[in-house]
Amino acid sequence: MGSLFAFTLLGLFTGAAYAIMASGLVLTYTTTRVFNIAHGAFGMVLAYTFWDFTQRQGLPTLLSLLLVLGVVAPAIGWFVQRFVTRGLGEGPVSVALVVTVGLLVGLIGLAQQIWPPEPRVLLPFYPETGWQMGDTYITAHHLITILCSIVVAGGLYVLLNRTRIGTAMRASVDNPELLKLFGGKPDTVAALSWAVGMSLAALGGILLTPVVNLDYYALTLLVINAYAAAMLGRLKSLPLTFAGAMTLGILESWAVAYLPTDGFWSTVRPVIPALFLFAIVVAMPQAQLRIGQVKGIVAAPVPGLGKSVGWGAALLLFALLVINVAAPNQVLLIGTAATYAMVMLSLVLLTGYGGHVSLAQFTFAGVGALAYAKLDEPNLLGLALSALIAAGVGALVALPVLRLTGLYLALSTMAFAVLMDKMIFQAEFAFKFNGTLQTERLSVLGFQIAEDTSYVWFMVLAFVLLALLVLVLRRGALGRLLIAMRDSPSACGTLGLDMRWFRVGLFALSAGIAGLAGGLFAGLRGSVGAADFLYFQSLLVLLLAVVFGVTSVTGALLGGTALMLLPEWQASAPELAGLLFAILGFGAVLLGRDPNGLANHMFKGSRWGWARLAPSFDEKLGALLPRGIRRPRAGLDENDRYDEDKLVPIADPADVETTMVIKGVR
Amino acid sequence: MSVPILEVVDLHAAYGRIEVLRGVDLAVPKGAVMALLGPNGAGKSTLVKVISGQKEQTSGDIHLAGVNVRHRRSDELARVGLCTIPEGRSVFPNLTVQENLTLMSYAGVPTPAILDTAFGYFPRLHERRHQLAGTLSGGEQQMLAMSRALASDPALLLLDELSMGLAPLIVDELYDTVARIAQSGVSILCIEQFARTALRVSDYAAVMSGGRIVASGEPGEILDTMADVILGGAA
Repeated sequence: MGSLFAFTLLGLFTGAAYAIMASGLVLTYTTTRVFNIAHGAFGMVLAYTFWDFTQRQGLPTLLSLLLVLGVVAPAIGWFVQRFVTRGLGEGPVSVALVVTVGLLVGLIGLAQQIWPPEPRVLLPFYPETGWQMGDTYITAHHLITILCSIVVAGGLYVLLNRTRIGTAMRASVDNPELLKLFGGKPDTVAALSWAVGMSLAALGGILLTPVVNLDYYALTLLVINAYAAAMLGRLKSLPLTFAGAMTLGILESWAVAYLPTDGFWSTVRPVIPALFLFAIVVAMPQAQLRIGQVKGIVAAPVPGLGKSVGWGAALLLFALLVINVAAPNQVLLIGTAATYAMVMLSLVLLTGYGGHVSLAQFTFAGVGALAYAKLDEPNLLGLALSALIAAGVGALVALPVLRLTGLYLALSTMAFAVLMDKMIFQAEFAFKFNGTLQTERLSVLGFQIAEDTSYVWFMVLAFVLLALLVLVLRRGALGRLLIAMRDSPSACGTLGLDMRWFRVGLFALSAGIAGLAGGLFAGLRGSVGAADFLYFQSLLVLLLAVVFGVTSVTGALLGGTALMLLPEWQASAPELAGLLFAILGFGAVLLGRDPNGLANHMFKGSRWGWARLAPSFDEKLGALLPRGIRRPRAGLDENDRYDEDKLVPIADPADVETTMVIKGVR
Repeated sequence: MSVPILEVVDLHAAYGRIEVLRGVDLAVPKGAVMALLGPNGAGKSTLVKVISGQKEQTSGDIHLAGVNVRHRRSDELARVGLCTIPEGRSVFPNLTVQENLTLMSYAGVPTPAILDTAFGYFPRLHERRHQLAGTLSGGEQQMLAMSRALASDPALLLLDELSMGLAPLIVDELYDTVARIAQSGVSILCIEQFARTALRVSDYAAVMSGGRIVASGEPGEILDTMADVILGGAA
């Protein structure tokens, strides 16, 4: 019985630290509607800052703590609200998520750049002090943490419910314009809540560092614990968030105490937050449908079938050329790029068209790869089965979140990615801890594609076919549904569409595409392991997809190529590895507001250039060619052969100008 | 004649390329109640937005008590005595009645005084002070919104479509409150689509159509001459 008490007390300590973190997250979410996935990452950076102040600069502990919590953290919070997240709350959830994922990746890169990896120790507060209570030993650090959480809880309650500025914080969520008419300043209020939230992230990070160590990723992942706890209070209620955090802390502590220390069950502890989250999500009530916010969403153009087949063929030819010219190891890289591009294609369908964010897309590729390796059927059937299995897993992830909004789906996917990464992929029946599985190259109709070059070309072919599939879906009735659902779920509801199962189907389809990519990737590599499918990779996939344009197939292709190049560049300049992450992350912060990305700017540029060049080009062409075989212009059909005596049929006012030019030449 | 509390001179405003206000000229004398009437799409609400600082004009000037208020933000204007009650329910639905009233103290009057005034005028709000404002009936919400006008003692009150979506009986009650506020010396610009109730309490009236003021004068004259414009020919 004594040990139960001891472990519960230990659990209360971690729970208290989680509560501090989670309350900061809830504060910023409820007052600005921006869900800060990078909350843990900020905690991580600030814990490193605290280490820097105390250990490297040698400042006294209390002074450093005051500096970090009272100056650095609020300043960062103010800065982030002012320049990064302002106005994100009113936009689609996916944009805010992508921007904060960008912050997360950027902060990890920044931390690696400023504090290169080396063992660092951050001691608990008053390490020598402690009290014996029965057979339980409580350290001063534990007590401080629990006291801090009580102070935070009380302080936040008073701030939000008893002060005018706290009331204004809650009011600014309801209606910032009205708050201005009352004489309040919504921006100041939001900046204050970000400042407080950041300080809480810092405090939580610093208090937890002696437990989880100064590690870029472990501290960043604390955000999952935080939002799992906050889910109990539906990301709104602070008291329930505290209850959730305490429960989570105690569960973790009990898992350490009572679960076997080896085998499968030993891997459960790190994934308890994820399991906790799924358990809560299943029990949550139906969310209300949101009225759409169509303003400002301009989609990238969707090419017609002819055009897409043409470009696909061009890409295949180009790939054939490059594959035959490139060195053998570079051929494999092209295969990797094709894999990434296919995974991003699944995001085009899900995020670009459907408006849902998945933070686990590469994990689904991992599921596909695992299935491909385990099935040991290196043929099209095996590949199709792997894709189906990945799709099934995708449906399983989306199923609990059926009744909730897109934010919960995205948060669940991140928890799922970590769950797979830390538990399933490392289990005995999967890749095993640090293990790999051997895979064979794919055979099509009995012929094995053994050559690297032909296999990679086959992967490019798979990308082209998938891209055509996605485009055909987009142009069809399904595409219209997707766009309608993204724009206004409540309008779709009034039309009688059942979006819930449709959403699960969409998610499954997207996971299936990613799984197919994973299966092909496994075939390419010959051996795959858990290390190939880290959850962090999924975040990079999302970021690069958005930077290059998640609404177009071209964006996926470019993004895939860039993601393949990223580790190559990092390997060629290891000292800049962190900086590249930082650039990518903060670049996504800048570009995340426009999901059409760089690809769309490219389209615009080429359209602009074409509009300038086409007329003069036609003029020259017209002069060169003999009269009889002159090519009809686009916009005029074959049978609209124009004659001087007849009127020129005009399909579209935009074509007027070019048609005139043609007439002028004749 | 003293300086008018609100003077709008040749005001233009546009949403993108679509010009909505095309040279509005309007003056509200100090202490007067002016009704601004006009059909849908005349630009009435846009005028309110520009005066209250929620929207920037493209050209023209606005003077509040003789001071040009170009480039002033709406929260600054609210703090110096411009009270705007926008279209629809202008309350915070997820805050309690009392918290809504607390926020009204930004305009300069201390919270206890606001609570006193509001609960004095509308005992119903006192009964429901711990209830979320979003759960009040439409009329009660509008009472809560009017409390701000009552309690914060503004120099100028802008009322946008007070009657929207409310039963005629409640609209009458609300306009009684408007009349009471007017008696205390507050100048009011009151925008309405439905003319008769507003004209009952106003000293002057103006009619807006197509982004301009097309007529102004005594309420009686306006009603006689402009019936087809303001009432769309239906009255």
